[in-house]
Amino acid sequence: MSIGSEKVTEAKASRGSRSPGRSGKIANLESADVEFINVTKTFNDSNAVDDLNLRVEAGEFFSLLGPSGCGKTTSLRMLGGFEDPTKGRILLGGQDVTNLPPYRRDVNTVFQSYALFPHLNVYENVAFGLRRQRIEKNEIKRRVGEMLEIVDLPNYEKRQSSQLSGGQQQRVALARALVNQPKLLLLDEPMSALDAKLRRQMQIELKRIQTQVGITFLYVTHDQEEAMTMSDRLAVMWHGRIEGMGSPKDVYDSPTTEFVASFLGASNLLAGTIVSSSSGRTTIAIDGGGTIAVPSDRVPDLGGSTAVKVGVRPEKIGINLAGTAVAPGHNSINGRVRVSTFTGVGNQYIVETTLGVDVTAYAQNIGHQTAPRSGEDVVLSWPEEHTFTVKPLPTTVEINETEGD
Amino acid sequence: MEQLVPPDHPGGVALRRKRRVGRALAPYLLSLPSGLWLLLLFIVPLLLMLSLSLKTCSPSTGACVMAWHWGEFSSQISLYHQEFITSLYFAAAATLVDLVISFPIAYWIAFYGGRRKNFFLLMLLVPFFVSFVIRTIVWEFVLSNNGVILGALKNIHLLPHGFHILGTSYAVMAGLAYNYLPFTALPLYVALERIDRRVLEAAYDLYATKRVGFMKVIMPLTVPGIFAAFLLTFIPMFGDYVNQEILGGTSNTMIGTVIQNQFLVTLDYAGGASLSAILLVVALLGIFLYARLLGSRTIEQYL
Repeated sequence: MSIGSEKVTEAKASRGSRSPGRSGKIANLESADVEFINVTKTFNDSNAVDDLNLRVEAGEFFSLLGPSGCGKTTSLRMLGGFEDPTKGRILLGGQDVTNLPPYRRDVNTVFQSYALFPHLNVYENVAFGLRRQRIEKNEIKRRVGEMLEIVDLPNYEKRQSSQLSGGQQQRVALARALVNQPKLLLLDEPMSALDAKLRRQMQIELKRIQTQVGITFLYVTHDQEEAMTMSDRLAVMWHGRIEGMGSPKDVYDSPTTEFVASFLGASNLLAGTIVSSSSGRTTIAIDGGGTIAVPSDRVPDLGGSTAVKVGVRPEKIGINLAGTAVAPGHNSINGRVRVSTFTGVGNQYIVETTLGVDVTAYAQNIGHQTAPRSGEDVVLSWPEEHTFTVKPLPTTVEINETEGD
Repeated sequence: MEQLVPPDHPGGVALRRKRRVGRALAPYLLSLPSGLWLLLLFIVPLLLMLSLSLKTCSPSTGACVMAWHWGEFSSQISLYHQEFITSLYFAAAATLVDLVISFPIAYWIAFYGGRRKNFFLLMLLVPFFVSFVIRTIVWEFVLSNNGVILGALKNIHLLPHGFHILGTSYAVMAGLAYNYLPFTALPLYVALERIDRRVLEAAYDLYATKRVGFMKVIMPLTVPGIFAAFLLTFIPMFGDYVNQEILGGTSNTMIGTVIQNQFLVTLDYAGGASLSAILLVVALLGIFLYARLLGSRTIEQYL
């Protein structure tokens, strides 16, 4: 092994200098905790991450969301120090860490497979990072005990990791990372091995822990529901680029690209052309016939083109029997119910519209009226301000929504 | 529809009972060939050898009579304890050499072999496609007094004229180390290859330098492999006689040579058998120790 002793002592010194102030709470003074500046990562001539610019604020729960192969995990690994960026810089709390090895970054990771040390028990797993930092024995004991308390695994110190369930292993992995009180915690799809019920429970748990310890969380997932449940902000990634970023509500309600609209939740997207725009209202002629009105501030910059896709979320659409009057300020489409599915919390309809395309609508099961049945003629309507528009993708590009990893 | 055989029909019951018996017997029937193989070619010879060590044999005719002569073991030990110690020393030294040589090889193939891992492993094994005896004889040429290496070194006056390796204990240890290298390298490779790279990344993530990661993660996870390598190398080396015969000359006799002599030269079958039994006990002790320390399950993973 060619690692010189100077590197080791250097690492120790850099950690030693910051340990005195790290006994209790983390200082949340720096504003930007993480910054990617024009970061590109190339594997075999293809860009896994393509000119990424991203800022995560201190104390934020931030999610990188996207299908497998979108570059989210690569971004996380570059931040953890496991991959070197091909181009660009990465800042952590204002300090350039682009070329620092993992052990010199004030960042800890919860790995997808947990990656617990199979030869160590729970206590030693959690204490691993503290021991490397030469923290005093009693202090290690106190902090490990405290952390196992937080993740709800007291009295598990002596267990071997092979004796733990998936959920327990995940908690140990979390404790092992958090016990070091890093500036930033990276989580790489930590829930992917858990079943749905446990996953929901852990989401709430994780959010509670994040609030309690006040550390910045950077969470990578392909599960949109998970990302929306926990995140303060999220970014949707596709093909190594960020397609949309903001609070879950903003990104969901006002998707900026066709990919975001279809990846994050379900969307009805209708191709059309802008025909006129006046007094804050833009009118769009839909390809199959008819017009739809959109508030002008919800039309993105189309770069001179007038081709656009109009979108509306299924749950924003009201479904009524044909002939029902449409309220002013609403868009409407006529059609016939093709499929009506009862899902318990509501009814999902697939409506064959007069425009020649199918539109999905969703009505909550609040039992005040009889649901339209398949074959019945209906009118779909929704408020104009619930309509959004996105720039259409070139038709050759296919959105691959498959969840992977 | 009517059942072909009603459940209460006596013939049906008999049929089902027959099936049940057949199903219960199936595993035994399936293991019969290998069971017979073990019995005939392993257990029977082993018992024959053990019983032979308790018999007395006539040196002239070679006929043996059961004498329950338990003293054979202690007398053999007192006669040949020096050879036991020599074997122990040679085998231990050669095993150590093998561990030191093969650890970096196995480590490199496991961690940096990439797509060519299997090719590198094959390269490691290629010399061993040649028979054990022939390989050892080739070593005799290589190490000979005026051979490729020593001859050349003597010609350029780097070594004194009278220097020799052949016939010394070093030649035996070198031969042993060479011949058993794959038995050390392969278990080590398996152990290193099985280490989850993400666990290693987790260590780096938790402030471990490369060196600390090696000491605190790679080494502890390789211990079962090191022990397996030790057993697989040390035990056969302990009983080896070919290397000593070909490379060691007349001095430094190993216990394997003694046993071979007793069977083939002095025709002392009882003595040879009892020495073999003692060797067997030593090997079993080693395996027992492994199982106690590291669990019996881990042995299977390396054999």
